[in-house]
Amino acid sequence: MITELGHYALVLALALTLIQSVAPVWGARINDERLMASASYTSPMIFFLLFLSFSALTTAYVTSDFSLVNVWQNSHSLMPTIYKISGTWGNHEGSMLLWVLILALFAALVALFGGNLPPSLKANVLGVQAWILLSFLLFILLTSNPFERLDQVPFEGRDLNPILQDVGLAIHPPMLYLGYVGFSITFAFAVAALIEGRIDAAWARWVRPWALLAWCFLTAGISMGSYWAYYELGWGGWWFWDPVENSSFMPWLSGTALLHSALVMEKRSALKIWTVLLAILTFSLSLLGTFLVRSGVLTSVHTFASDPERGVFILMILVLFIGGSLALFALRAGRLHAGGIFAPISREGALVFNNLILSTATATVLVGTLYPLVLEAITGNKISVGAPFFNLTFGPMMIPLLIAVPFGPLLAWKRGDLYAASQRLFAVFGASLLVMVIAFAFLSDGFSLAPIGIGIAAWLMMGSMAELYLRSGYPKTGFKVAMNRLSGLPRTVWGTAMAHFGLGMSVLGIVFVTAYETENVSILKVGETTELSGYTLRLDELGPRAGPNYTEDIARVTVLVDGKVVDELVPTKRIYTARQMPTSESAISTFGFSQLYLALGEVKDKDTVVLRIWWKPLITLIWFGTVVMVFGGAFSLSDRRLRVGAPKPSVRRAKAINA
Amino acid sequence: MTRKQKRLSWIGVMGVVLTVAVGLVLYALSSKISFSLDPSEMLAKKIAPGERIRLFGLVKEGSLIRGDGLAVKFQLTDTANTVQVAFNNILPDLFREGQGIITEGALDEKGVFVADTVLAKHDENYMPKEVAQSLKEKGLWVEKEK
Repeated sequence: MITELGHYALVLALALTLIQSVAPVWGARINDERLMASASYTSPMIFFLLFLSFSALTTAYVTSDFSLVNVWQNSHSLMPTIYKISGTWGNHEGSMLLWVLILALFAALVALFGGNLPPSLKANVLGVQAWILLSFLLFILLTSNPFERLDQVPFEGRDLNPILQDVGLAIHPPMLYLGYVGFSITFAFAVAALIEGRIDAAWARWVRPWALLAWCFLTAGISMGSYWAYYELGWGGWWFWDPVENSSFMPWLSGTALLHSALVMEKRSALKIWTVLLAILTFSLSLLGTFLVRSGVLTSVHTFASDPERGVFILMILVLFIGGSLALFALRAGRLHAGGIFAPISREGALVFNNLILSTATATVLVGTLYPLVLEAITGNKISVGAPFFNLTFGPMMIPLLIAVPFGPLLAWKRGDLYAASQRLFAVFGASLLVMVIAFAFLSDGFSLAPIGIGIAAWLMMGSMAELYLRSGYPKTGFKVAMNRLSGLPRTVWGTAMAHFGLGMSVLGIVFVTAYETENVSILKVGETTELSGYTLRLDELGPRAGPNYTEDIARVTVLVDGKVVDELVPTKRIYTARQMPTSESAISTFGFSQLYLALGEVKDKDTVVLRIWWKPLITLIWFGTVVMVFGGAFSLSDRRLRVGAPKPSVRRAKAINA
Repeated sequence: MTRKQKRLSWIGVMGVVLTVAVGLVLYALSSKISFSLDPSEMLAKKIAPGERIRLFGLVKEGSLIRGDGLAVKFQLTDTANTVQVAFNNILPDLFREGQGIITEGALDEKGVFVADTVLAKHDENYMPKEVAQSLKEKGLWVEKEK
């Protein structure tokens, strides 16, 4: 019953979406206010209906209703409840339902909080959102209906893919989708602006916070996914340059560019055309990512649910939206006026440089991801483009950008003084150089470029704090005044400094773990020990253990430093009963920002086992860095100047709040 | 700076960045990518010893020999041709005889493929796309009806 209601709500949402994709846009054309306003009512209703639909599917999962094909294929009655819930989106159909739910959520937010947008812009934006929603709802109902029933109800489900039974998976896809889909708002704004043929102040004020919000979620989602792959897949790697990872990384790169170009547009009303193009490209890359992951054209460790027949449908959506929006751009972009003029050396100039590098890097990743597909389609030759390609192309391109980051905030708008900025960064430069020399002296027995990387990371971290330091006026002003000044700085300034600092942390982690990681594969009998980077590991016990829906072999390993016990680790090898599928559960011990990573290999006999051990120095900095970036973004988002749709600061209201 | 100089300096910067990017991509495409082949294709192409490739196929039933420590030897087949593979590390969880896998490495002088990576996808029904396709082309494997 609940299932049928969910299905019905989904169809009803489609009907409403159909109305919303015509009425407001038509209203904006003939200037009919009631038609334009209709979208403000239909959007929240569509969201509510999709929420009902999604809840119905979740209910079916929680109650293990195996009469649904989707639940039967991806759930098991013995699975812990949290994985039953996360199983809702751990499969193709459910994850597409989550995708449209989030899309509808964003449209509803625009409808509810967009009161001060020009009515025609709002109507067009919601109309464009409805077009996207419409095509994906059709996709779900026609090719991947999660509410399909089975004639004969099976007694037990086929279980969720074991490596998806993890807390990381409960959070990673929703985060990633919030990011992907969040860029649909900036896309809708861009297309609406092109339809109207003009961009006004409200447009700029709206686009940046949305881009920032979507960026925060996407950053968090990618970072979670990376950590999940790191501890769950048991290979100890945190990024594989796998096509599916790339397809989330491309929108991130261009989204980061969008964030920075929107800044120029908001402050100086320059780069309008470019910002509109970036908004279109970013969402197009999100769609491309969805296509690559969901269509099965890729062989990847991440494609858990894919079906080539669906690919054609998503490809059609892709062609329609990317082609359509780019054609519209070609037709209408000429009408948008280019704004303020600026010198090459200026804040705008620095941001353009950022955009240039980020978009080139995006293009590089795109080439590497699509080249094998294109080559195979044309010549039939199968090739693999992997980490060596990306490390050689993407890596060097990032270096000038990373070096330029601290300069950006120190340059003035319109015309900056590079010499003055360099002078102010002189101390930071000296300190980074010192860090580099120390790294050379103490760590240089490995990979020789690493100290330079460490120096760049130090430059980034200290350089991003330079603006805060300079603005505080310390030590000239004295401690108290400096603190007052700091707390009085706009939150966007703090946000920028934090985000750039976080980037530095991630770079430091990446350099360290790439250059100084150590690895040891040993065959151990119970009672034997092995050593790695100053840690002694002793195998204490081997044996079987039973879990709720799996059985496992466990190894109990004691970690010792100088003869003292510091930790006990239990890596295991599981067999999930329903699918008869083996997985390795790694065990990780964290020391500061570094980690000792253990994965169990083959159990040779009753008391002998193969253990794979890695020492990963400063690896958690990679993820902590992204957390700091997200905090920076969120903090910047809380700046009242950016508050979604905030009207111009009103003196009267500010006084009233103070009183 | 005049408008023209500004424009020229932008075009200059863009030109440099794009040239470097294109150069890197072309260089990387010529040297950092590897062919993905099945045993028959590898033999037909006469891949030279030492050239890195991806070799995929099925692990031949009964061919797995475990040596000292981690060393293993097995045969990789596309049923028409078979290649001896040597590997000296932990095999993935889903490595089994009869399973489709992908290996990365290079041939040695004796014609043994020395792999440094063995991939088996985390799905019990998984057959690498390349393997499935080339078996289908040879008419040895028919996709199960859904």
